[in-house]
Amino acid sequence: MTLSLTPKRKQRLFVILGLVALAAIAVGLTLYALRSNINLFFSPVQIAAGDAPFERQIRAGGMVKEGTVARDPESLDVAFVVTDYVDDLEVRYSGILPDLFREGQGVVVVGELQSEGWLRADQVLARHDENYMPPEVAQALEDAGYSPEDYQAKAAEVGERMEAQQQGASQ
Amino acid sequence: MQILMIPEIGHYALVIAMLMAAVQGVLPLAGAATRRPLWMAYARPMAAGQLLFVAIAYACLTASYMLDDFSVTNVANNSNSMLPWYYKLSAVWGNHEGSVLLWSLLLAAWGYFASRFSRELPRDMVARVLGVLGLVGTGFLAFVLVTSNPFERLLPNVPGDGADLNPLLQDIGLIMHPPMLYMGYVGFSVVFAFAIAALLGGRLDAAWARWARPWTNLAWAFLTVGIALGSWWAYYELGWGGWWFWDPVENASLLPWLTGTALMHSLAVTEKRGAFKSWTLLLAIFTFSLSLLGTFLVRSGVLTSVHAFANDPSRGQFILMLLGITVGLSLLVFALRAPRVGHKVGFTWLSRDALLLINNILLVIMTITVLMGTVYPLLLDALDLGKISVGPPYFNALFVPLTLLLALFMGLGQVARWKQTPVSLLVSRLWLAAVGAVVLGAALPLLFAERWSPAVAIGLIAALWIVLPMLRDLFEKARNASSVGAGLKKLSLAYWGMQLGHLGVAVTIVGVAVVSNYSIEQNVRMAPGDSVEVAGYTFTMNELSSRQGANFLADRANISVQHGDSSRSFAMNPEKRLYLATRMPMSQVALRPGFLRDLYVAMGEDLGDGSWALRVQYKPFVRWLWLGGLLMAFGGVLAVADKRYRRLATARDPEARAAPAPGREASA
Repeated sequence: MTLSLTPKRKQRLFVILGLVALAAIAVGLTLYALRSNINLFFSPVQIAAGDAPFERQIRAGGMVKEGTVARDPESLDVAFVVTDYVDDLEVRYSGILPDLFREGQGVVVVGELQSEGWLRADQVLARHDENYMPPEVAQALEDAGYSPEDYQAKAAEVGERMEAQQQGASQ
Repeated sequence: MQILMIPEIGHYALVIAMLMAAVQGVLPLAGAATRRPLWMAYARPMAAGQLLFVAIAYACLTASYMLDDFSVTNVANNSNSMLPWYYKLSAVWGNHEGSVLLWSLLLAAWGYFASRFSRELPRDMVARVLGVLGLVGTGFLAFVLVTSNPFERLLPNVPGDGADLNPLLQDIGLIMHPPMLYMGYVGFSVVFAFAIAALLGGRLDAAWARWARPWTNLAWAFLTVGIALGSWWAYYELGWGGWWFWDPVENASLLPWLTGTALMHSLAVTEKRGAFKSWTLLLAIFTFSLSLLGTFLVRSGVLTSVHAFANDPSRGQFILMLLGITVGLSLLVFALRAPRVGHKVGFTWLSRDALLLINNILLVIMTITVLMGTVYPLLLDALDLGKISVGPPYFNALFVPLTLLLALFMGLGQVARWKQTPVSLLVSRLWLAAVGAVVLGAALPLLFAERWSPAVAIGLIAALWIVLPMLRDLFEKARNASSVGAGLKKLSLAYWGMQLGHLGVAVTIVGVAVVSNYSIEQNVRMAPGDSVEVAGYTFTMNELSSRQGANFLADRANISVQHGDSSRSFAMNPEKRLYLATRMPMSQVALRPGFLRDLYVAMGEDLGDGSWALRVQYKPFVRWLWLGGLLMAFGGVLAVADKRYRRLATARDPEARAAPAPGREASA
């Protein structure tokens, strides 16, 4: 059996080869782009254990520790401590904090960990969770051998207290 | 007494609607398979009945909102007696239960219109289309009734007042965005039903494509407007000045848009040339499946965002099941019944057919890249392989070059002819446009900005490369007629629709290129008396005050803005609001919109000592983003108005008439 390439077959062959080549390029580029743009999540307990890489963009999160938010009086620089109630992480940021940012509330920061142990944040995301503690943080605590329920209860207690204070202040 | 029973009436109406949808889904399909006209005749009245009863249910829920019936859980959670009436109206769909009810209502409405505007279709085709729509409707109404009943009561402890609507959603953008988006999502169900009906009936000819095209265009136009509105809403409501975040929820709406765009073009080839038939059917199936996937992502609570209302895993499972059944069954039908005859029509590499094929391939690659970036983190999380997030750089790195490639082929496509185009024709028609695009695109950025940016130049070249051949084509067509007016008048609405749609793409590309590269953002600390200069505008804060709104308290900054040395100034008044019922803060942005630039001031946070952090932005050409979207949608609608679609579709392909053997239908 000879494989004769009629013009029509030839065209079809080229279509298929073209598709395969394009798909290969697309998949290759996609994987490359994915690899260099994935942000892994770390909680303070993981960072304290030395799991997180330095000088590469990561996401970190926990609760904003009460009484630690310090604004620079001249500029928009701000520093605060993120905690999972086991370990703490100092975060420095320059810019405007989101509306829902509060002490005692869950927060996720995106940025690079510095060799001195603090994190330079490019982005701060605040969110209100019914459990106060972001689920990623609870997961990390569990992986590190802590009982997340205890810390979640602690986070909820602090969060509720801070909220009550906030409402008292604004009324 | 009657007032008290409104939710129950709504609930019963919903049950009746589901039963009617089930009848509509089963009897006509069975009738078409066994050739029983009586069974097939159930399709139209059931479609009308389904719409009527879903509409009654929807009206009942709306009434509960308007009457502040806080004994209804849904109303108590999402409304408040202080909420203005128009937000009560839109709060109906500002939550999970109400939004799936709206979805069902729109699905029933599309089904009803499909039954009204199908007089010229063969009876078995109508029966199959409406039957498939009935099955989809049954699935969705069952979803509402089983997992998301909006009429659930909070008895006997009725709260005195509601928890209020999320302040981010108290806005004109939210009133319009979801209905438009849903019209698009749901509209693709009609095209999907047409595809399945074609597979079941074995009829896949030019006439079929001509029926399917207007529905595709309409659904696509609604989706386009919905996405544009969503982007506009995010721009002014979230207070960042961003217009696209590559948020999974945004991606969920972009996915069916991309395949829908591919589908429109593939349908054109199927109608005009009888080619790409199987491919068109697959695209129709995937477009609707991606609409369902979008619903799953948004409604299942796997994503955290303003769109994810509740975390109820049973809902996610139900939608995932619906999605699985839809994709599985339709692909099974496709595998069994897809047209086996290869297309007899050949074409060369320089032809409109081939260029549209490339357009389709590029759009599908774009879909896959966006899908991967969206679903990959969810998959890893589900498999317990770590929590990651994929950021905008990934999407930009892939989407931008692919769009440019698409623009390159769009320019060629304007000139290319069906089947075969001589190279000499392409060169003679396009060389001037190519030179013009490069020269103008490279030079124009110098006129607007002090800084020449290669990215902006490339964007402008791409846009001009789309627009200039279009103008050239118009010129050719007008020149060959007796007068310019006569020549332009002779062009069909479908032609104008296509050109407008492509113009819209070019306008959006210009907007994206300029606003991404020439925007200026400054975060500043300001107290009354301070001023800051951004892009030649001087912003001076005059005073800080506070005011009380209908359901919120606001801190307000009075800022006067001066351009250059001009003596005239105008005021901008951004606010930071605290909504009383939810105690949620929100930034109300002050905008000075313009055709060539927006000025944007948002209040960040109170820094104490009487000063505030302000976000001051200069956004050139940002309006072009949405203007382009509107042009695209308008083009899509214009093409639907073409008189070709109103003509009775009597002429059918001789080839297709021979294809389906009558006996095969029963065996399917």
